[in-house]
Amino acid sequence: MSPGVFGRLTDAPASLLLAGVRVIDPSDGTDAIRDLAIHEGRFVDHAPADAERVDGHGLIAAPGFCDLHVHLRDPGDPATETVETGARAAAKGGFTTICAMPNTDPPADRPELVTALRERAAETACRIRAIGAATLGRRGERVADLDGMIGAGSIGFSDDGSAIPTDDLARSILSVLANLSVPLIEHAEDAALAGAGVMRAGPNASRLGLVGWPPEAEWTIVERDLALAEETGARLHLTHLSTAPSVKAVRIAKARGVNVTCDVAPHHLALTDAWVAGSRRFAWEQPEDGDLRIAYDGACRVNPPLASREDALTLLAGLADGTIDAIATDHAPHPLERKLVPFEEAAAGLIGLETAFSLGLAAVAGGALELPILLAALSTRPAAIIGESRSLAIGAQADLVVFNPTATWRMYADSLASASSNTPLLGRELPGVVRLTVAEGRVTYRS
Amino acid sequence: MTVEAASRTWSQRHLLDVDGLSRSEIERILDLAVEMREARASRAYRSLLAAEAVGLAFYEPSTRTRVSFELAAKALGATTVDLHLAGSSVRKGESLVDTLRTLERTGVTMLVLRHRAAGAPHLAVRTTGMHVLNAGDGTHAHPTQALLDALTLRDALGSLDGRTVAIVGDVAHSRVARSNLHALGALGALVRVGGPTPWVTEFDGWPDVEVALSLAEALDGADAVMTLRVQTERATNDAVSLDEYVRDWRLDDSRMSLAKPEAFILHPGPTNEGVELTAALVNGPRSLIGRQVENGVPVRMAVMALLSGAA
Repeated sequence: MSPGVFGRLTDAPASLLLAGVRVIDPSDGTDAIRDLAIHEGRFVDHAPADAERVDGHGLIAAPGFCDLHVHLRDPGDPATETVETGARAAAKGGFTTICAMPNTDPPADRPELVTALRERAAETACRIRAIGAATLGRRGERVADLDGMIGAGSIGFSDDGSAIPTDDLARSILSVLANLSVPLIEHAEDAALAGAGVMRAGPNASRLGLVGWPPEAEWTIVERDLALAEETGARLHLTHLSTAPSVKAVRIAKARGVNVTCDVAPHHLALTDAWVAGSRRFAWEQPEDGDLRIAYDGACRVNPPLASREDALTLLAGLADGTIDAIATDHAPHPLERKLVPFEEAAAGLIGLETAFSLGLAAVAGGALELPILLAALSTRPAAIIGESRSLAIGAQADLVVFNPTATWRMYADSLASASSNTPLLGRELPGVVRLTVAEGRVTYRS
Repeated sequence: MTVEAASRTWSQRHLLDVDGLSRSEIERILDLAVEMREARASRAYRSLLAAEAVGLAFYEPSTRTRVSFELAAKALGATTVDLHLAGSSVRKGESLVDTLRTLERTGVTMLVLRHRAAGAPHLAVRTTGMHVLNAGDGTHAHPTQALLDALTLRDALGSLDGRTVAIVGDVAHSRVARSNLHALGALGALVRVGGPTPWVTEFDGWPDVEVALSLAEALDGADAVMTLRVQTERATNDAVSLDEYVRDWRLDDSRMSLAKPEAFILHPGPTNEGVELTAALVNGPRSLIGRQVENGVPVRMAVMALLSGAA
């Protein structure tokens, strides 16, 4: 794969003619081969005569991707990721919007810190929206200035990394949000039930002698939050759901009208707890005995932990039936030295911005997901949750991704735009190469 | 089988767990261990590992495993270095990988690693070029213990095919038990695990393992019973009452009648006499506990000889 070139949101708007490209637009159900013209930041009927012409043959154009869950280690740990490197990784992965979680150092728990992030993000390769901390210092004790942070541009609130620890505090936050427009973005995990668990409880954990993380650590908080969201009327967004009972709970809650949305991480759809035991089969492939020589790889440590195969398949089904609204990466960069340690000591999290779409395409190729659903779950559906629109119709803001669905690429640490390379997918050949990412009419990435 | 015959088909450079070994590989180790046991007195093979420098990296306290690895290495002529990790740079915060890489650079060729974290030896394999012998990792595996248990049982029973072995106690937290489930199963034994519910239920899905929820069920028809060390702290965490454990699971003379009349008793040690079993059983005629310790050195000699490719 060619190294690729990055642009910025502050570049001059591009004039482009994408000739004969397959346009898939979940916003209106379009799936047709046609020309797409971009001029002065918008889709237009006809490109000007001097517009750059791109042969779209064999390529697919879709609305630009929107990631509801990204960790930029900025401020705090710029060697691991910065606003700049994270935005490039996003653009390379086809994203035109990413939402930054507030667990930086210091945490984004005040309006001025939200403003500071937006200012730093203004000239990068991707729109970066801020998620404010729900509690002061993310300590789970006192509600932060939510109203003030909304004024500064926060699109939601989360203590991600932890759930809101107590029932009454969760109710207080949701009560405040009931009168505001943005959701509580909940990392659903009961710390006491999770205990010292480091991988999903089950036969693989038992065999490896690792402490199991029980699914009820997640779904008990999901049930609590759904009840409180219903009671208060506030918006609730459950992030990185990883267990079948959580999906079921959300499905039932949606049916009775609870104001809830949710997302799933690509690694919970595609990878399974067998990866910790050295398997490298995707969830939709036939299971195999793992290669024990690559067992206990700290790169497979993530929280919530990689799901059982059964639950991964349930998550894929939940995405297909609309119970799960979006795919969000939970992109979590960590330096190698925090991963090159015994599994139980490894930092939790893996990078995802540059692999999310390819993992989704692998699921499509494996018959586990439909392409239009994948594209909607990456673009229109998450964008709607934060009040952004995505459309390839004439007159709409030009936010799009153009990719070759059949080309493959191999992932190497030194070819990543992210400043970190913590993923068990290194060295793996993946389908789907992004050729062009356009945000607000600016070319932010091309290869 | 001769030593030469064994080495010709031995391909593995590391011993991480027993589940990476086939039945014939396990038998090869045990056969070679028998040879080593006999040869040890005559001091044969005393320069077999002369080219190896064996590093003993015990991040957890151990007496019998560490000593028997050291004696096994020395019996084969290897240089040994004991890291005395409690007093070294680990305390200053050096990472495991850094320590192991330093060991390798100083010339250690064979690493014997015990660590509180499951998978620590796998990390050593990924990050260094040394031969790695797992001397116990967290609650995952203790392969040389299982191999010496298998040898002890094979000596006593002739063969493990069709035999029933009960493993009783805190199975969930036992690396010895996990490795024995693989080893004894591979050698044809039916393995039954018994103990308080929190310590055994996770083995329900294990292939060829039976879960017993009473001592009578566990011992029924057993040719041998292996009891495991019960740790007070783990019992407390899992809401297992030690009094109830002693009441329901402690082995004594009369309870051994639930097993076959001639059934043997094993324990990986050190024992908590009066908790897991009575002192009379530890020292009685059915006990193989002394034999287990005696087999520690020859089994480890065999493993080191095979892994090094020198055998």
